[in-house]
Amino acid sequence: MEVSIKDIIKPENLVYQKSSLLTEKPMHYCPGCTHGVVNRLIAEVIEELGLQQETIGVTPVGCSVLLYNYIDIDWQEAAHGRAPALGTAIKRLLPEKYVFTYQGDGDLAAIGTAETIHACNRGENILMVFINNGIYGMTGGQMAPTTLEGMAASTCPFGRDPERDGNPLSMTEIVATLPGTRYVTRQAAHTAGAVRKLKKALIKGFNNQKENKGTSFIEVVSTCNSGWKMTPVQANEWMVENMFPFYPLGDIKDK
Amino acid sequence: MAKMKGAIVVDMVSCKGCSLCVEACPTQVIGLADEVNAKGYNYAYMVNPEACTGCSNCAMVCPDSCITVYRMRVAEPA
Ligand SMILES: Cc1ncc(C[n+]2csc(CCOP(=O)(O)OP(=O)(O)O)c2C)c(N)n1
Ligand code: SF4
Ligand code: SF4
Ligand code: SF4
Repeated sequence: MEVSIKDIIKPENLVYQKSSLLTEKPMHYCPGCTHGVVNRLIAEVIEELGLQQETIGVTPVGCSVLLYNYIDIDWQEAAHGRAPALGTAIKRLLPEKYVFTYQGDGDLAAIGTAETIHACNRGENILMVFINNGIYGMTGGQMAPTTLEGMAASTCPFGRDPERDGNPLSMTEIVATLPGTRYVTRQAAHTAGAVRKLKKALIKGFNNQKENKGTSFIEVVSTCNSGWKMTPVQANEWMVENMFPFYPLGDIKDK
Repeated sequence: MAKMKGAIVVDMVSCKGCSLCVEACPTQVIGLADEVNAKGYNYAYMVNPEACTGCSNCAMVCPDSCITVYRMRVAEPA
């Protein structure tokens, strides 16, 4: 029997559609940007857990500064790097709410290093999502603490030289050593398999808040194809080859 | 024997032509159109619809939530 596309495209055969928590606003990210995939997953997770009314997100400064336009939940916008401090305040005032922060590597691992480390060390009962694309995407691809040795950025066009620029920083391993963190994992979003794993990690990060046992911290090794001056597909390949050896995927802590 | 037949619908208005779905499809269903949408992007479409199994891999990697996936079980001729 021949089946036509019309027979397949029927409501009863629907297996995937855009989350109803995503607004109609088109995302401003460059084509193929990892931020879009992770924003989408967070919307799906909040929808599937039924937490639309219970969740408060904290947006950063960086390319994802407008994230509050895209997911229909309550939000607060933090000053650059201060999302974990604002997340702390919100969670302490409204402990019954689910609170998450969303930050890039310039935000979380450079200007906001103190807030990151102290929120994790205090064991704030929040979920922190960390998008590590190795540079400052929004401001023109400058070197970040996370930039790999030898990796080119607009402020180190011939590659990061540890003698001159210091060594790349693995924030995720650092926070895993702190007693306040409960769940620390490093994920990616470049393949369907990676996306499905990341989604499970996000679900865990939200659910962990019910138990009040410390901070959940999820790094997503990401691409900034515009800043890296590659196509989105090339950027994913470059990430697998160069980022994953230094930022290996997997759970680092789960207690 | 039954097999899975799938189909996707791409929102060509919001597609940014990033090609991540093209890369993610295990059965080479998707291609980018020669024409561009209003934003100037070569949008994704099913070049080879017969091969779609409805696995949703394309939708998983799309940063702009442009892809809707349908899937049905079809009896294969003996
Ligand atoms: C106090 C302050 N210092 C500097 C800036 C400039 N600035 C804006 S975004 C940004 C870095 C963003 O990089 P990252 O957090 O990695 O996010 P991405 O854009 O890569 O997603 C900087 C330095 C600012 N807005 N405010
Ligand atoms: S500059 Fe980089 S991080 Fe920012 S939207 Fe573009 S690809 Fe994404
Ligand atoms: S649903 Fe699966 S088979 Fe169909 S186009 Fe998407 S990736 Fe390809
Ligand atoms: S992944 Fe999404 S935005 Fe990119 S080409 Fe495919 S449908 Fe378009």
